Amino acid sequence: MMNLTLNWIGLKTLVRKEIVRIMRIWIQTIVPPAIMMTLYFIIFGKLIGPRIGSMGGFDYMQYIAPGLIMMSVITNSYGNVVSSFFGAKFGRHIEEMLVSPMSNATLIIGHVAGGVFRGMLVGVLVTIVALFFTKLEVQHPLITLSIVILSSTVFALAGFINAVFARKFDDISIVPTFVLTPLTYLGGVFYSISLLPEFWQKVSLANPIIYMVNAFRYGILGIADINITYAYLIVGLFVVGLFSVSLVLLNRGVGIKE
Amino acid sequence: MQALSIKKLTKIYSNGNHALKGIDLNVEAGDFYALLGPNGAGKTTAIGIICSLVNKTGGEVEIFGHSINRQPEAAKSCIGLVPQEINLNLFDTVLNIVVNQAGYYGIGRKLALQRAQEYLSELKLWDRRFEQARSLSGGMKRRLMIARALIHEPKLLLLDEPTAGVDIEIRRSMWKYLRRINNEGTTIILTTHYLEEAERLCRHVAIIDEGKIIEDAAMTTVLRKVQREVFVLSLGEALTETPELPGFEAQLNDPFELEVAIDAEHDLNNLFAILSRQGIKVASLRNKANRLEELFIRMVEKKQKNNAAAIASTP
Repeated sequence: MMNLTLNWIGLKTLVRKEIVRIMRIWIQTIVPPAIMMTLYFIIFGKLIGPRIGSMGGFDYMQYIAPGLIMMSVITNSYGNVVSSFFGAKFGRHIEEMLVSPMSNATLIIGHVAGGVFRGMLVGVLVTIVALFFTKLEVQHPLITLSIVILSSTVFALAGFINAVFARKFDDISIVPTFVLTPLTYLGGVFYSISLLPEFWQKVSLANPIIYMVNAFRYGILGIADINITYAYLIVGLFVVGLFSVSLVLLNRGVGIKE
Repeated sequence: MQALSIKKLTKIYSNGNHALKGIDLNVEAGDFYALLGPNGAGKTTAIGIICSLVNKTGGEVEIFGHSINRQPEAAKSCIGLVPQEINLNLFDTVLNIVVNQAGYYGIGRKLALQRAQEYLSELKLWDRRFEQARSLSGGMKRRLMIARALIHEPKLLLLDEPTAGVDIEIRRSMWKYLRRINNEGTTIILTTHYLEEAERLCRHVAIIDEGKIIEDAAMTTVLRKVQREVFVLSLGEALTETPELPGFEAQLNDPFELEVAIDAEHDLNNLFAILSRQGIKVASLRNKANRLEELFIRMVEKKQKNNAAAIASTP
């Protein structure tokens, strides 16, 4: 029987530790995404945007803003967990947690919460930056908030799994470079999939980021290329699936125990 | 009550290395136990399994009656580990490291801070509490790992070469501290390559070699097995040649230093009587090697010879 008090205190400790880490290295964790998104807004929104015209009934800057916010949330949630957990593995201070009676589920939730915290923090910052360039009026606040937290959780869990398997620092940059970035760029951040030929529209539907970006865009602008219910279903399934995989890996000690 | 009970513990690594070959070990609560063995003997693997850092291949491990497989939470709560290698988050502060560790054991922040002050002061680290661990010296890092291991007040403390690379002054202060917490009731299992350390601190000793326990007994029983000791005598006056010492094997290292081997059937009184009759003045004497070291080397060498003989006799 799991000791709930012990695990609750363990979870609070882990989340606090992650927040302290994020704030200690704020120049690496918070500033770069804000600068990068500012550049996106300037280049794609301010310089190229007016030449593109409107998309989905909104000017281009307004159209891409939700996607850019979601993109920064996703990449930072993933990046935080993968670097924090792999760093703990590499420095062997993961052993502090493994020898403790804290459950493996708590260990995962604590790291994921840290990733979600950083994702949200960067998301808020990027939203503030976006407001300097365009007007954003949130149409469905509950959908906006819930989908961004769920999407952040999905990628924090994915980052955790990446860190479990990673053996060297190269391994934590392979997935973001070769999988996450292409999926994000092809995930409807900069365009509506209705612009694609029918075949590529169907292919795009296999990309989970399409659902996250569009559900978030629906929350803010009230428009989406996909059915919102499907978006919740898919994101929910990913949360459950990736959490289960993380737990099995940790219980077996894959990548952690000899 | 047994603090630790190990039955038929085996570990085969994925590379085929058979690190533990069915060891049995029992440590009584309150004991100070030495687990000795040459490099690669299986000590750290055994400790890794006890602490759930290494998956075992077979066997049973119980900590104060709690199985590490069936009741991991209860078993882990009893253990504090000071590992062989520095595994601190070097970018975290001294205070955060110990307070966070307390949190992982379910200790609230208020109590954790109180205990952190107590243990860090005790281990002379309180003044450095806001510094990052990377700024500490090697000895301080070792002491910080001890404070971290004690913050949840474990009943069983596992020390895997805690004084490796630590200067003698700090090592002695650590011995004093460990002796004190053992007297206060903490069971301690120590692995070390400093056999003097084991002889001074521990009441029981197990010697592990090539994944098997080759000796497991009270320290006094083990030391009684030492049949021969070598003493180095500093002489008051210079000698030109090795003196005749009937019953003793002697060797003059230099005009002022005489080395004498004494077997179990002879004693120092005999030796001094002979030296005195010959007018040889002894200023001081010391053991060439400590007794446990003599025994340890002999046991490990004997096992290696037996293995070599077995291989040679295999058709």
